Amino acid sequence: MDNFTPVSAAVGGALIGLSVALLWLASGRIAGISGIIGGLIKPQSGEVGWRIAFLVGLIGAPLVYAIIQGAPPLSIEAGYGTLILAGLLVGFGTRLGGGCTSGHGVAGLARLSRRSITATGLFLLAAALTVFLARHVFEG
Amino acid sequence: MNRTLIALVSGLLFGLGLVVSQMVNPEKVLNFLDVSGNWDPSLAFVMGAAVLAAALGFTLAKRRQAPLYAPSFSGPTKTKVDARLVVGSLIFGTGWGLVGYCPGPVLASFLWAGAPAVVFLVAMLVGMAAFSITDKYLPRRTKSA
Repeated sequence: MDNFTPVSAAVGGALIGLSVALLWLASGRIAGISGIIGGLIKPQSGEVGWRIAFLVGLIGAPLVYAIIQGAPPLSIEAGYGTLILAGLLVGFGTRLGGGCTSGHGVAGLARLSRRSITATGLFLLAAALTVFLARHVFEG
Repeated sequence: MNRTLIALVSGLLFGLGLVVSQMVNPEKVLNFLDVSGNWDPSLAFVMGAAVLAAALGFTLAKRRQAPLYAPSFSGPTKTKVDARLVVGSLIFGTGWGLVGYCPGPVLASFLWAGAPAVVFLVAMLVGMAAFSITDKYLPRRTKSA
């Protein structure tokens, strides 16, 4: 566990939770990323502007951070074939399942939603199993 | 304060949180999911702190008839676990485990994270559009658990 970063993880997590709390308390909307994008793919009147504003912030804050501090280190192991397959699965699956890590995993768990608790358990399980197979069985 | 400004601030906080917590790094996400490898529990701390902070907001909101700056709360209305939720979450989890990207982190970083992030993002948007197109053909009411 030499790569464990509990403090930055908790601080960053608190910021994400604050974002969810603010959007619900002030605007009555769920800060679920897949749902926010999904609402732009099938737009409804009066529900477009805030979604675009949220995405501008979501993309803008890290961009400004990267300009000032330099881009944070990141590493992607997957090749392009895997990236495309994974992207398709994430896009389709989050819409079919009604949420992703934010909508189900943060907002839904915070609301103690039975659907979100189920969804979060299942996507964590499927993801951990996939990583296990990819890293320890097929790459062994 | 209007709804656009609220959403902008909310998005800024969310994006900053993803960078500070290093969740924009797929490797860090995979190291959390890899429980039998060199396990990195950080993602659990991100989710734990996020859920606590969000729960505070939802608790405060329960005392209110309406949000501060909007006419009504507009949250999820479904309460039952259905096949769509189960199958969708399993599909999403498989894709998440293949690369380490979920929708928030890839959006937050695609402008500076290089070509792989852009390729994943485009495929993800295609996947979402594919759902919107096929939605009406997919079963809606199956057994509820």
